Amino acid sequence: MSLLTVSDLRVSYGGIEALKGISFSVEEGKIVTLIGANGAGKSTTLRTIAGLVKPASGKIEFEGKDITGHDAQKVVSGGIALVPEGRRVFDNLSVLENLRIGAYLRKDEAGIKSDIEHVYELFPRLKERHWQLAGTLSGGEQQMLAVGRAMMTRPKVMMMDEPSLGLAPLVVKDIFSIIKTLNESGMTILLIEQNANAALRCAHEGYVLETGRITMAGTCAELLNDQRVKGAYLGSASKK
Amino acid sequence: MFQRILPYLLAGISVGGQYALIAVGYTMVYGILRLINFAHGDIFTAAGFFMVYLTASGMPMYFSIPLVVILTVLLGFTVERVAYKPLRSAPRMSIMISAIGVSYLLQHLMWYITGGLTKQYPTIPWISDTVTVLGASTRRVTIITPFLVAALVVALVALIKKTKIGMAMRAVSRDFETAQLMGIKINNVISTTFIIGSALAAVGSFLFFSNYTAVSPPAGAMPGLKAFVAAVFGGIGSIPGAVFGALIIGICENFIKSVGYANFSDAFTFALLIVVLLFKPTGLFGEKTSEKV
Ligand SMILES: Nc1ncnc2c1ncn2[C@@H]1O[C@H](COP(=O)(O)OP(=O)(O)OP(=O)(O)O)[C@@H](O)[C@H]1O
Ligand SMILES: [Mg+2]
Repeated sequence: MSLLTVSDLRVSYGGIEALKGISFSVEEGKIVTLIGANGAGKSTTLRTIAGLVKPASGKIEFEGKDITGHDAQKVVSGGIALVPEGRRVFDNLSVLENLRIGAYLRKDEAGIKSDIEHVYELFPRLKERHWQLAGTLSGGEQQMLAVGRAMMTRPKVMMMDEPSLGLAPLVVKDIFSIIKTLNESGMTILLIEQNANAALRCAHEGYVLETGRITMAGTCAELLNDQRVKGAYLGSASKK
Repeated sequence: MFQRILPYLLAGISVGGQYALIAVGYTMVYGILRLINFAHGDIFTAAGFFMVYLTASGMPMYFSIPLVVILTVLLGFTVERVAYKPLRSAPRMSIMISAIGVSYLLQHLMWYITGGLTKQYPTIPWISDTVTVLGASTRRVTIITPFLVAALVVALVALIKKTKIGMAMRAVSRDFETAQLMGIKINNVISTTFIIGSALAAVGSFLFFSNYTAVSPPAGAMPGLKAFVAAVFGGIGSIPGAVFGALIIGICENFIKSVGYANFSDAFTFALLIVVLLFKPTGLFGEKTSEKV
């Protein structure tokens, strides 16, 4: 059964349509990726699901319930977390506070503590630096913190907006292996990437987004072998 | 020599502390909204008038003092909800203009209600008594102010550094959107900021008007402006900066008076503003660049 379903979603920014009616679904336990060029509407899609942008029309359903147009606060408490593009850790808060603020809506202090420990197990580097201001972390550490912070909301779906952006190849590898690990522990993931090659190797299913429309869909194996995908996305991705 | 300057030093610390209570409101709102809340000085004046009218109505002090705080908080809260919140995603200049509008609106409402007459501020017992400190005679409010200000500022800093709402305030001051993604209701956090700022302005109004004893519609304009200069001088957005700036301004003003240049004491404050803006626009404790994305 699909956990998250988007149907015919349209979003405009002041008259300009960024999403022109897209539909896709994310099955529980899967990693689903949306790939596409700059400005295709990938971030807009995630930001609309997260409640930061209001759609013009269309429907977003989560666990069978209509959540279209809900506020960000309601969406996250319902179990959808967004790791935003560019990490956006709170640079004036310590590493530990960044994790704590992920648990802002939670009251279960014991659960919060054990989740923080869990994040530290996954990212030992964050534990060493728990008192440090997040703004002083390296790009890779900040990305890990942004993922850890999202984990602290106890999401059922984690949406990630270009987690590999601007990171060194070795760190990118780490990030993708973390995504795998999270997924193996049961997390459903909706992943956006320009690094189509890595994303399609990591995910189960993929969609190709082109200027606000979904033009292709399939399993990642199918997309990796598709001539059009190869031509448009994989060639350029490996050159990058 | 010491005997001669002591009264001025005491007065300087005291009036500086009163500016500090107003300045904290400016700096906190700036920190979170990047808005200079021009109406803040008028909210301070309104607190003065609330006290005048509540006392005139025959209400006992132990009742009217907390009520003044509540009314001032309500006023600050309402101003934010009505005049700033609808402009959340508008260009910053629009909110600034809205703030200037609110400032004039409040000032003229006060002209209208009071008929432009200066009102005598009620004498708050005990704090208005005259006491002698090291041979200098002064009112008790002068002595209490620095301690009260210190206690309030320490409590406020603890709130911001140690509590959950304080953490949310720091997060919202950096990034509205990401704060929302954490489930923080930014409007509640912003309202909290206005509530704290207005409550401190109300406390400041008790101290300030007990000292100056007269309230008129423009009475808050000068202390408001000086508190604003203090906030800029200390580095707008920084609470310790605002307090420090306010104390410096209060003390310098009074020393200038002590050497016989009372007429120039206000000019000094604004000269200081110009010098700070020219040579260190981020102020003493200011963050380097905190332009929001
Ligand atoms: N806040 C905004 N206001 C106006 N237009 C916007 C806004 N955000 C995005 N757009 C436009 O919407 C379109 C889709 O943008 P979006 O950020 O979703 O693309 P993207 O696929 O995430 O691109 P990238 O890979 O560069 O991050 C673009 O044409 C962009 O210019
Ligand atoms: Mg994007």
